[in-house]
Amino acid sequence: MATAAVTTERENYLNAEYGIKSWLLTTDHKRIALLYLISITFFFFVGGFFALLIRLELLTPAGDLVLADTYNKLFTMHGQVMVFFFLIPSIPATLGNFLVPMMVGAKDLAFPRINLLSWYLYIAGGLLMLLCILTGGVDTGWTFYTPFSTGFSNTNVTEAGLAIFINGFSSILTGLNFVVTIHRMRAPGMTWSRMPLFLWSTYATSIIFLLGTPVIAITLLLVVMERAFGLGIFDPTRGGDPVLFQHLFWFYSHPAVYIMILPAMGVVSEIIPCFSRKRVFGYKAVAMSSIAIAVFGFLVWAHHMFVAGISLYAALVFSILSYLVALPSAVKVFNWTATMYKGSISFSTPMLYALGFIGLFTIGGLTGLFLACLGIDVHVHDTYFVIAHFHYIMVGGALMGYLGGLHFWWPKITGRMYPEAWGRLSAMIVFIGFNLTFFPQFILGYLGMPRRYWQYPPEFQVLNVFSTAGASILAVGYLLPMVYLLWSLRYGKLAGDNPWGASGLEWTTQSPPTTFNFDETPEVTWEAYDYEHIPLPMEVTLER
Amino acid sequence: MFENLPLWPARASTMAGNVDLLYIFLVLLSLFTCVAIFITIVVFVTKYRRRLDGREAQQIEGSVLLEIAWTVVPLGIFMLIFAWGAIIYFQERVLPRDVAEIYVVGKQWMWKLQHVEGQREINQLHVPANRDIKLIMTSQDVIHSFFVPEFRIKQDVVPGRYTTLWFRATQPGTYHLFCSQYCGTQHSGMVGQIVVMEPAQYQAWLTTGGAFGSLAANGASLFAQLGCPTCHQSEMQGRGPILSEVYGNPVRLEDGQTVVADDNYIRESIVNPSAKIVSGFKPIMPVFQGLLNEEQLNELVAYVKSLNPPPAGSVNSPGIAAAETKPQQP
Repeated sequence: MATAAVTTERENYLNAEYGIKSWLLTTDHKRIALLYLISITFFFFVGGFFALLIRLELLTPAGDLVLADTYNKLFTMHGQVMVFFFLIPSIPATLGNFLVPMMVGAKDLAFPRINLLSWYLYIAGGLLMLLCILTGGVDTGWTFYTPFSTGFSNTNVTEAGLAIFINGFSSILTGLNFVVTIHRMRAPGMTWSRMPLFLWSTYATSIIFLLGTPVIAITLLLVVMERAFGLGIFDPTRGGDPVLFQHLFWFYSHPAVYIMILPAMGVVSEIIPCFSRKRVFGYKAVAMSSIAIAVFGFLVWAHHMFVAGISLYAALVFSILSYLVALPSAVKVFNWTATMYKGSISFSTPMLYALGFIGLFTIGGLTGLFLACLGIDVHVHDTYFVIAHFHYIMVGGALMGYLGGLHFWWPKITGRMYPEAWGRLSAMIVFIGFNLTFFPQFILGYLGMPRRYWQYPPEFQVLNVFSTAGASILAVGYLLPMVYLLWSLRYGKLAGDNPWGASGLEWTTQSPPTTFNFDETPEVTWEAYDYEHIPLPMEVTLER
Repeated sequence: MFENLPLWPARASTMAGNVDLLYIFLVLLSLFTCVAIFITIVVFVTKYRRRLDGREAQQIEGSVLLEIAWTVVPLGIFMLIFAWGAIIYFQERVLPRDVAEIYVVGKQWMWKLQHVEGQREINQLHVPANRDIKLIMTSQDVIHSFFVPEFRIKQDVVPGRYTTLWFRATQPGTYHLFCSQYCGTQHSGMVGQIVVMEPAQYQAWLTTGGAFGSLAANGASLFAQLGCPTCHQSEMQGRGPILSEVYGNPVRLEDGQTVVADDNYIRESIVNPSAKIVSGFKPIMPVFQGLLNEEQLNELVAYVKSLNPPPAGSVNSPGIAAAETKPQQP
């Protein structure tokens, strides 16, 4: 590339200003995205470290590596850190922050200062969480079930509750910013039906942020107040109802699963058309299914409570609604598959991650049918079957989507290409390691191994050994990108403005983009995924 | 190799076979779906991989017909699974008639079990095979969950109320009892055994030591000890309602509602009497919340239940021993 040398000299959002202050006080959505990227990566490795210790403890049936109390804290903090400080902000706060304004053709989000505020709220919550961990941790399980959390746990429940409470406002503000930006700041010609599907899924996610997060905030506040002032909302000896907590908790925390998976679905909906050189099959169906998931997602919370003592008829209603929310997910899988039909498919790293996503998400989705099924759920509820299922969705799905998206937009974010061979290798290692870690857990669960067990009967050991072996492979798969992506910042091949020949306004800007993204407001005259009219760059054409 | 790696636990209750059948159906259905999708993807990515000859992708908008097809067909299958699962859930939740009762109290971190005949056990439950057993369960601290994988049953045990669970064991043997709802430090130590015995052996077990008089008899002496008969007289109307013939029957309340006096109603009327005042009475009964432990409450509830005159053709005591004298159901 003859222009390569010149490209680095061009002014962009990274070299527009220098110094720590220019980062900490920035209102540029792209810089804030990078602040998030660094902070969530930190929390990912904190949560991953806990996971590693959990898997090591479970290598043997006896509780021998850590104490029972330590083990309980490990799985609690693994869950809380991974869910609230990594998965929920992962795609929306990094890729979403970076891409939403660029995809709609705007200079920034609607409220740039509020965007910075939400990062500070995230950091405030995160620091409180770290303080909570360093001063002894929490042992309630990430679900905070009462009356254990309110009346029996002697750990830092209040601190953890407040940390998640504060962090929740970061989500709410991000959601608000996205909703307003998508409604009000689309470039001329960027109609709703021309929006990239990533925007549709980000929009659906933002609605859940806005409607769901306040409920978990209130719920955790009630827990904190019951601990501090003896309120008696959940304590049965004071007329409270411990099961009420579960309703309130899952009213947010089930939709939260869709907060994690919807953005990943959006990423996959961008990657597959690009590497198949085709318009996505059934654009409207894929877009509407995101909205359907967000809406139905609010109506299925009590499927977490089929054995909690809810009425027979409530259980029937929540079971049937859970099947309805499975439909739009199935529709997406079928449409992605159909998109590849008669395409021109290449196997770059993002595509491998996207294909891995479809595989793992399909398994995760199908096992969800087992759990929505009343007769089966009674047996597998609170066993490793559930653990396996939600890791297939949240790690196999959301994390694969996140890594795929990170590789896909890496050239745009940094202006550099990551090393392709290493990328493909890591995608493959993650896929294999993941299945080896979590597939045995389905069988363990059906055999009856309960979750959150520090020690377990010896007959469960063989499958646990498989799982721990898989986890060590998985760890390598996650460390690799960390290493080569950092390496590429300095030594990576310079990326052109549109190395993949991808559609979308973000690819019409320079790499990395300038502070205000577009020199002049673009005007959109084409449909989304107009791959018929986008030429492939030379090197991508030659590469199979 | 496969003897050491089973795919499901032993089937030791009448429910296990039903659950496994649906499970196996779902596994096969999922395998079929997975394989179909994966093969389609593999065929597509192989057949339509990027070629050097510059062959281009063929743009296809979508297909309304296909969208409808792959929405409606899964929906139909989902409804089938839902209905099948719902039927099993009904079987699990709706109690059979003439069932023997056992009281269960969960606490950090043990299971305490009270037989109606008076036997008490900790972390071990002896039951006869081929007999419907109902567990009336509560917790004295946090939420626990009673889980027997070999029976395919599970029910949360919630403080402040009774939850119930029933099963009919089919195979004599010893099975895992797990607490499956996280309950603190020794959650994974809150495990026990269900010992299923042949009915004759079980009768023999009942006579061996340990019993302190039947649950209802203990309840009767506790009832007297607490001074309850002062108001709840058995022959004539006192300041409180007469308790014979209360259990299982509708009760008219002061606010005009009518409730059925089940286990939970009786329990609540002891610990928090003013919650539901019987029509025509004053809220004068003292609160027993915190004064009685869960086992004592169970004794009182068992006593109140024993006050019912025996229904025609049935036996008074809901215990296993009494029922054993009757002909077995097929």
